[in-house]
Amino acid sequence: MKSFTYERAASPEAAAAAALAKPGAKFIAGGTNLLDLMKLQIETPLHLIDITRLGLDTTEAMEGGGVRIGAMVRNSDLAADPRIRKDYAVLSRALLSGASGQLRNKATTGGNLLQRTRCYYFYDTAQPCNKRTPGTGCSALQGYNRLHAVLGTSDQCIATHPSDMAVAMRVLDARVETVAPNGTKRVIPIADFHRLPGNTPQIETSLQPGEMITAVTLPPPLPGKHIYRKVRDRASYAFATVSVAAIVDISGSTVRTARMAFGGLAHQPWRVLDAEASLAGAAVSQASANAAADRVLQGARGFGHNDFKIPLVRSTLRAVLTDA
Amino acid sequence: MQMNVPAPRNALDENRQGLMGKAVDRVEGRLKVMGKAPYAHEMVEGGAAAAYGFIVQATISKGTVSTIDTSAAERAPGVLMVMTHLNAPKQAAWGPIELPDRYARSIPQLGSSKIEYYGQPIAFVVANTFEQARSASKLITISHAAVPGEHEMQSRQSQGQLQKSFFGDPLIDGSKDDFDKAFAASAVTVDGRFTTPAHAAAPMEPPATLAYWEGNQLTVHCSAQLINSAQQGVASTLGVPLKNVRLVSRYIGGGFGSKLPIYGDVILTALAARELRRPVKTALTRQQMFHITSHRSDTVQRLRLGASVDGKLNAVGHEAWSNGARYDDFFEPSAMQTRLLYAAPARYTPHYLVKLDLPVADSTRAPGEAVGMMALEIAMDELAEKLKLDPIELRLRNEPTQDQDKKIPFSSRNLVACMKDGATRFGWSQRNAAPAQKREGRWLVGMGMAASIRSNVMMPSKCDVALDRQGVLTVKMAMTDIGTGSYTVLTQIAAEMMGLPIERVRMELGDSNYPATPGSGGSWGAASSGSGLFDACTNLRDKLVSKMGINPLDAVFANGSVTGAGKTEPLGALAGTLGMEASGEIKPGAMAKQFSQQGYGAHFAEAAVNIDTGEIRVRRLLGVFAAGRILNEKTAKSQISGAMIWGVGSALHEDAIVDKRDGHFVNHDLAEYHVPSHADIPKIDVYFLNEVDDKTNPLKIKGVGELGICGAGAAVANAVYNATGVRVREFPITLDKVRAGLEANRVV
Repeated sequence: MKSFTYERAASPEAAAAAALAKPGAKFIAGGTNLLDLMKLQIETPLHLIDITRLGLDTTEAMEGGGVRIGAMVRNSDLAADPRIRKDYAVLSRALLSGASGQLRNKATTGGNLLQRTRCYYFYDTAQPCNKRTPGTGCSALQGYNRLHAVLGTSDQCIATHPSDMAVAMRVLDARVETVAPNGTKRVIPIADFHRLPGNTPQIETSLQPGEMITAVTLPPPLPGKHIYRKVRDRASYAFATVSVAAIVDISGSTVRTARMAFGGLAHQPWRVLDAEASLAGAAVSQASANAAADRVLQGARGFGHNDFKIPLVRSTLRAVLTDA
Repeated sequence: MQMNVPAPRNALDENRQGLMGKAVDRVEGRLKVMGKAPYAHEMVEGGAAAAYGFIVQATISKGTVSTIDTSAAERAPGVLMVMTHLNAPKQAAWGPIELPDRYARSIPQLGSSKIEYYGQPIAFVVANTFEQARSASKLITISHAAVPGEHEMQSRQSQGQLQKSFFGDPLIDGSKDDFDKAFAASAVTVDGRFTTPAHAAAPMEPPATLAYWEGNQLTVHCSAQLINSAQQGVASTLGVPLKNVRLVSRYIGGGFGSKLPIYGDVILTALAARELRRPVKTALTRQQMFHITSHRSDTVQRLRLGASVDGKLNAVGHEAWSNGARYDDFFEPSAMQTRLLYAAPARYTPHYLVKLDLPVADSTRAPGEAVGMMALEIAMDELAEKLKLDPIELRLRNEPTQDQDKKIPFSSRNLVACMKDGATRFGWSQRNAAPAQKREGRWLVGMGMAASIRSNVMMPSKCDVALDRQGVLTVKMAMTDIGTGSYTVLTQIAAEMMGLPIERVRMELGDSNYPATPGSGGSWGAASSGSGLFDACTNLRDKLVSKMGINPLDAVFANGSVTGAGKTEPLGALAGTLGMEASGEIKPGAMAKQFSQQGYGAHFAEAAVNIDTGEIRVRRLLGVFAAGRILNEKTAKSQISGAMIWGVGSALHEDAIVDKRDGHFVNHDLAEYHVPSHADIPKIDVYFLNEVDDKTNPLKIKGVGELGICGAGAAVANAVYNATGVRVREFPITLDKVRAGLEANRVV
């Protein structure tokens, strides 16, 4: 770990301004990911801005329906929030399937969106990694890549985004509220928040320098059954091989609407609107599920150890739609 | 005493205080939960504040360090020294490889620029704080001259060297010709290739060291299973007399074989402490442990079973390949117990070692059986299915009457009783013989079983006891408690022998200043050190009885007193103001040659497999064991349960993945090296059969530390097969492999 300086921010605006002004600054909230990365010198901030005393830690109803979740709301608290459990069960379920109880008690809503990939090679400073050290190469391409992406990859990076929460937020069309160093506020749809690796895998989100997440909003509740199906070898404390966040509204044996987002497949939560459209009005059947899976998997490509994810998406999606 | 004749009836059989077998809580448990049981890294000793060391590791598997620039690190805040091969103090050469005790070898550090495995220590930074040392370590710039290494065994099986002995004992392989003929003539056969991956022991407490010098006298606090071997290793590496090294491991947070050896942290810390004239502490990080400490080799095993139509085995072939560091000679003895477990006229069990450019492979919990039985016991399951026999019935038909190699009887062998008792308790009769029959929603459910066997060993061990005038007994020996419960069971033995309540026994372990023991390893700890203790207590009893002037046969030791010939004397009074001391020693003898000694058991598992995803969830585990007298039902069950959990991990999760390109363990932390989580482990039922074995040792016990893992993974694997009809022979059995099989079988 490198030595760093520390300050406690007085306001979101001041935090954002400090993050831009101080070289090598980073925000710290729960620290469940950042501190690990600092110990291994994968992250080497020169300055930490503690944003845990800014409030931003409540979940409130919004006018016109929907909720605003403060960026500092802990994962445990959010999962247990009665409104979330009732109206956004997919989010509660996704949160509870992630990490461990101890980590969820510390981890925050904003921080969860910003957690870094669990690629083995990213986590090892002795190994080349374009995400950690641009231009050094991707070790996972020809290496061990069971955890890695099959969609939206580039020849620079095949890492996945590890969050479960973000997958549920993607299916809910969440919006990320931020404040910029100059005090400007903006809203980023979750679909635009996480980027694909392309030629700049080190740039993971659309946040600008210093910009800080203040809240995540969810639109009014959606009808249908909320499902979060996380597929993993170990029953707990494991990242998803594949996960599906789904909200499926079925009438009789016909799908009225289906929304689906996938984790474990890409550098961002993966959602294909075309696949959802193919299900609207379709009969609940293997054939309709397979047709939707085909659309989800358009362009999917395995890298050896992760080839299994492609058929697994198919069978998991079938199971999710059957369960719904 | 020497174990030359069966142990006669003794005070432990009398068990007047009822301490033998009693589920006594850990005697040091309160200290541990209060944080008052200091582990090596928590020790504060040596007369000054300790400096902290941090190890820098090689990032190639083979070659040399061509340049190393430490100047920036040396200038970094708090840094006291940077040691590399350019300035490391002179040490003994590695080895010698011929040394009978491989754990007492010299292990010089930074002796040259040569790199023999990825992760090898190549520099050592010492600073005032751990953070300063770790941070400075990143300022060292190193250039390597790399030579392509070999990191993968499966394509190099033909390079395997046939092994002739294991820990000095000649190996019996059997005749290949006899096997080939018998196998060819068998009506029903199984032929399978199994692979098991490398396993990391990953004990909770990473290896750690505090070292300091007082003149020529070195004290080392570290985490070592074998105090005496480690002491010798340190002394020989540093080139100092054995008496100048005191090695202490009072409390140890798990070992599982990975702390049989000592590693660079011990040697580098001792060297730095001498150079700096100051205590130095070093702890390995979790990530460093994966390369610096030992692991279990991955294996390839070919299992061939040939039987007659009535299920009698004619031929058992178990060929085993494992790999090890190029400079070392350890191999995984996967097929050794295969020679003993079932009756078969032709048995062929060669072991081959492939030398690779990988970190050192060594003993990991139940070396041999733990992975060997994952092949043998699955092959037996396959054979039973081909024969249309219940797997237990197949085993009953092949129960040997004696040790087939040595032509000697078993000291005791209750495998059959374990299987029968377990079958009843588990509800084995509910199992469908045909696989993939039972469905619950989208889950397929099945049952599996496997036998368990683990060799029983006793080694020479010494002990001192002293009784004071308060009637408090102090026991001293260089035994260790690696979390197994040694402190507790030894306290129970001492208390029962002397007729004292356990509160009046002070058990002092883990110090090379105390009488030598073989430490904790190979499940021999309790039998060896407990028997040395038994002998010391016997000698002390004789002294007390003699002082009292009564016939030893009349003496009864109980409730803190000796009673006999109408007299009762408190032990403290008999000990007198100066107290009374005695020593004891156990040596293996004729019994080990005249009787074949093993512990046995039977594992049962129920597993559910998701049809859509291939996810496997174990629902029930049950084991029944016959392992001699059980000293403490609680600590014994705890050991067995832990081992069964490791069996689940071996079957389903654990997989230390080597990157074939550079020989590093890719998943070198516990986020990605998966062991079972709580959610993966159902209720575990463990039962012990009544067994008292007077051929093994005066305590009449057998080792239990490793027995629980032997066969446990196979039972899980067999349950997965019974659930799905998918046989995965490449461990771990992960969801992708099972799902692919279900799809091929058109179950999905």
